[in-house]
Amino acid sequence: MSMQVEDPRVVEFDVQTDEMLVNMGPQHPSTHGVLRLLLRTDGEIVHECTPHIGYLHRSAEKIGENLSPSQYIPYTDRMDYLAGMNMNLGFSLAVEKLLGMEVPEKAVHLRVLIAELGRIASHLVGMGTYGLDLGTFSPFLYAFREREIILDLFEEVCGARLTYSYLTIGGATHDLPDEIEIPEGMAALTGRKRGERLPYLDAIEMFLQWLEPRITEYHTLLTRNAIFIKRTAGLGVLTPEMAVSYGCSGPVLRGSGIDYDLRRDGEAIYTRMYKDYDFDVIVAPFKDAPREVLVGDNWCRFYVRMIEVIQAIRLVRQAIPKYKAATGSFREVFKMNSKLPKGEVYLETEAPRGQMGFYVVGNGEGNPLRVRAKSSCFCNVSVTDQICQGVPLADIPAIVGSLDIVMGEIDR
Amino acid sequence: MDIQAIHSVLLEKFGESVVGTATHPAIDPWIQVTGSHIVEVAKFLRDDERLQFKYLNDLCGVDYLEPDPKKVAKFGHEPHIEVVYQLTSLTLRHSVKLKVVVPRWENDIPGDLPIVPSVSSIWGIANWHEREAFDLMGIHFEGHPILRRILCPEDWVGHALRKDYEFPLEYHGVRGR
Repeated sequence: MSMQVEDPRVVEFDVQTDEMLVNMGPQHPSTHGVLRLLLRTDGEIVHECTPHIGYLHRSAEKIGENLSPSQYIPYTDRMDYLAGMNMNLGFSLAVEKLLGMEVPEKAVHLRVLIAELGRIASHLVGMGTYGLDLGTFSPFLYAFREREIILDLFEEVCGARLTYSYLTIGGATHDLPDEIEIPEGMAALTGRKRGERLPYLDAIEMFLQWLEPRITEYHTLLTRNAIFIKRTAGLGVLTPEMAVSYGCSGPVLRGSGIDYDLRRDGEAIYTRMYKDYDFDVIVAPFKDAPREVLVGDNWCRFYVRMIEVIQAIRLVRQAIPKYKAATGSFREVFKMNSKLPKGEVYLETEAPRGQMGFYVVGNGEGNPLRVRAKSSCFCNVSVTDQICQGVPLADIPAIVGSLDIVMGEIDR
Repeated sequence: MDIQAIHSVLLEKFGESVVGTATHPAIDPWIQVTGSHIVEVAKFLRDDERLQFKYLNDLCGVDYLEPDPKKVAKFGHEPHIEVVYQLTSLTLRHSVKLKVVVPRWENDIPGDLPIVPSVSSIWGIANWHEREAFDLMGIHFEGHPILRRILCPEDWVGHALRKDYEFPLEYHGVRGR
């Protein structure tokens, strides 16, 4: 007579094995940078998972005390290097709040356009690398092919491909170009002639048209894939109470079923940017989720990101005509040597990975007294110990990967 | 609830000896709380039906010191350290900032870290934020389960975000400055 076991993992507990300490990282390929996980394992089962961080600490906060805000902008995009535009925006808004500066309408729509494109690029990397964590290589290549075009488009705007320093205090460093030569990658993918010139906003629209059907393809490739569901659904469940207590934010928080997005619920200076825009906040649970999925598991976190790409596409589409119609300048002048008033501000913005907060204390000098960068991934990764208990060792990359962390932002 | 209403709720509960003045005209207003009572206040803020501050956005320290003696007169602050708590209620959609003011060194003995009770039992994330504040700002959080350095190596000397911090000349044979 065979024994009936509902959960095959339970059998593992019957085997008596010795406890072992396993060091995962800091150079493990699936830890998304220099994250070290110290695992206490019993056979295949992990009982304790302690993250050790700080390998990429560059004292960004200390540097901020010795630079003027506009000089500090390049340091912000080196924190979360996959979403540089959103980091620039977060810090700029915090300083603008301190100065009481109003940004012209044209700059507002320009910022929405650029920030949402940045969100698409960041979520695409999140999707691709999550595929890598689970052992599938193709989505990574597809994701990078798409992201490459966004980087090309950003390069036309500001000359940089990764660390942009484009959105600055008062608006942006320069306006969007009128006309560009079609990026080579885009020409190859859409069948256009090389060297063709077209208006910049048309190029963005062309890219979005090309990207949108691809997202559906990735759902068949990953989201609805039976193996993918087996590896993600019901695993690494983060309860809403725990998500709130541990200060999780962004897709991790919304994947746990908490309806909170700073673009809608944030402070006035930030929500003002999005007030004329129509978009949905993506929150678990999902009606179209597979049966095995639980609210707050890996699959939900991943799915929130995928649907957010669709929402970001919607936002960029709305931003294009608004930007065209807007009058005025693309920036308010902020002089390099202007003094910061006495006072302090804390402002959080919705970066792709969560709520990125900047706390700036001014003291009547050019340089702030204190710059604090509250990292969203820092909070998200602190929860790993809670959600990695009692899972097999092989699921650790799947759970940590679903948090979509960037070590540059955690260690600052 | 706006900051004034939150302040009056706290005053009613704890009295003036615990809850200091709230600064209304500032860009970001805050409420000052006596350090020894921060855990009670935090617990009340989290659990009270009217407040529901279940989300700790940020916890950090700010060092108010002007190391340059020529600029001290213009600086305008007595030397002290502030611990800043940023709280949000995700359900009621309001936020508040709390501050605990401590001396730069406990009893003015250089080297003795100022003591603030730990709120890591109230909010899970406070555990890591307090470790970071200890690591970089040198604040001792009493009652913290494992108050170890988090960003700097365990054998690092000094607390880097202090204004009078001097970068070490060498660290394990690596030249510093």
